[in-house]
Amino acid sequence: MASAKEIADKAERDDIRSRWLLSAPALLIVFLAALGPLLIVVVYSFLTPGNYGDVKWQFSTDAWVSVLLERDVFDDTLSLASAHLSIFWRSVSLSAMTTVLTLIFGFPTAYFIATRPEHRRDIWLFLITIPFWTNLLIRTFAMQEVLRNDGLINWVLQALGITGHPVQLMYTNFAVLAGMVYVFLPLMVLPLYASMEKIDFRLVEAGYDLYATRLQVLRRIIVPLVTPGIVAGSILVFIPSLGAYVTPRVLGGGTSLMIGNLIELQFGQGRNWPLGAALSIALMAIVMIALLFYVRNTTRSDGSHG
Amino acid sequence: MADRFDVRRQTGFASMAMLCFFLLYLPIATLVVYAFNDNESLAIWKGFSLRWFHAAWNNSLVIESSIRSFEIAAIAAILATISATMAALATTRTKPYRGLTFKYAFINQPLMVPEIVTAVALLIVFSRIKIWTGYSGLGYLILAHTAFCVPFAYLPIRARLESMDLSLETAAADLYATKWQTFRHVTLPLLWPGILAGLMLAFVVSLDDVVITEFVKSGGQDTLPTFMLGQIRRGVTPEINAISTVFLALSIGIVTAFFFISRKRT
Repeated sequence: MASAKEIADKAERDDIRSRWLLSAPALLIVFLAALGPLLIVVVYSFLTPGNYGDVKWQFSTDAWVSVLLERDVFDDTLSLASAHLSIFWRSVSLSAMTTVLTLIFGFPTAYFIATRPEHRRDIWLFLITIPFWTNLLIRTFAMQEVLRNDGLINWVLQALGITGHPVQLMYTNFAVLAGMVYVFLPLMVLPLYASMEKIDFRLVEAGYDLYATRLQVLRRIIVPLVTPGIVAGSILVFIPSLGAYVTPRVLGGGTSLMIGNLIELQFGQGRNWPLGAALSIALMAIVMIALLFYVRNTTRSDGSHG
Repeated sequence: MADRFDVRRQTGFASMAMLCFFLLYLPIATLVVYAFNDNESLAIWKGFSLRWFHAAWNNSLVIESSIRSFEIAAIAAILATISATMAALATTRTKPYRGLTFKYAFINQPLMVPEIVTAVALLIVFSRIKIWTGYSGLGYLILAHTAFCVPFAYLPIRARLESMDLSLETAAADLYATKWQTFRHVTLPLLWPGILAGLMLAFVVSLDDVVITEFVKSGGQDTLPTFMLGQIRRGVTPEINAISTVFLALSIGIVTAFFFISRKRT
């Protein structure tokens, strides 16, 4: 006769099996149209480019070499690929600046919302989420309306007599930066708010009792308390900025490319699919490192509180 | 009497926040205002007119791509929500078992990879399948959209499941309800707001997608966002503003509905 333990074990095994069955459709869909194709990208990055796009099934590490290096046509020597490097540098620096600027704008905004009376916070948050759920392309296009030669900023500048002719704002790094800050700001405000909402203001009061100034309270009490929110917001802004495609394409045109646009070019006129695949994997690796950093950071801060 | 000392106040934060809200809405407001401009070029305001809304309405490309967008979003959102609900039931309210974290990471994987990378990956795979099978219908777009909608549907449903009171289900079981009866009459009604939230998120996310659609679509399969991207590249007339305004109104409508549903929940 089966013992009680055996019956319990069997029930548990059955339970786990039914749980696998239940999750099978979701896993299958994600595998077919997200994870599986990614594995194929890894394979493609080690193949030879075909003559008219696509690939030849011939092993080659050329794509990975040309991510960072370029081969001289005449003497076959390798040197740093300056075109790629300048695009990498632009992507990383614009993403970093986007993160800092969204933090500068987002921090006071999230603090403002978190210090409203409880029944009014919802409505302020709602005002942040509306642009967040508005189509990204439409928000980017809206930014174009502001930056165009005959757009809002130039109209104001000319009406005030500051300039006689329009200032070129579109298709510059500034335009891409302004667009990304605009588009990703809600991603900074929301996690910041989530951690500010939990601030215990008795600590702040204690600070003032000990003759701290407002700035000292901000630096020594509030900022340390909301560090997890700052980290979460920064990651949430930095990662999509790095992979941004629509915003640099619309506001940066052909002159202010980022990694996303460089990848696309390899599947268009450049027609070097393996290079495009290698660039994609490289971008993904950077993102994974940033995520890993975030995960390590959050688990550490959780540990110190527990 | 002097004002009470407010410990929460920080100098300049309120004005910075107001500036922030102003800057968030200024571009959108500009876009909407110009949609009503009675002028060929965007530059000069010539008076109020609905002509660009008429133009968009009579543009068969706009209507076709809008219908296609809704078709894809509706099917993808429903498929994603059903599979995400099942997956959420399978990954909550259990003691940790082998593969639980694996499943969690697997389902959320589309959120962790930059969209352009997924788009390129799908281009590589689907272009080959298109040649092999000869089929180039909407199926590819629907599958791709369903995949990136799964995590958006999964997260609110899972959150709802985890905050649910287990005692009601235990009570049902005590009263000899079968597993299915318990699910149908106890769990599902309680889970409903989460499912609705997941469905709406998935729908909006699918409707908004540009990058993946741009790489996966075959000729003549523009959705509204990819159609607009093409137009913006070619230089714009206020027709794009008119289309954006309608799209904007729709998004705000959905988000507002979402806001009130989630508010009722708490």
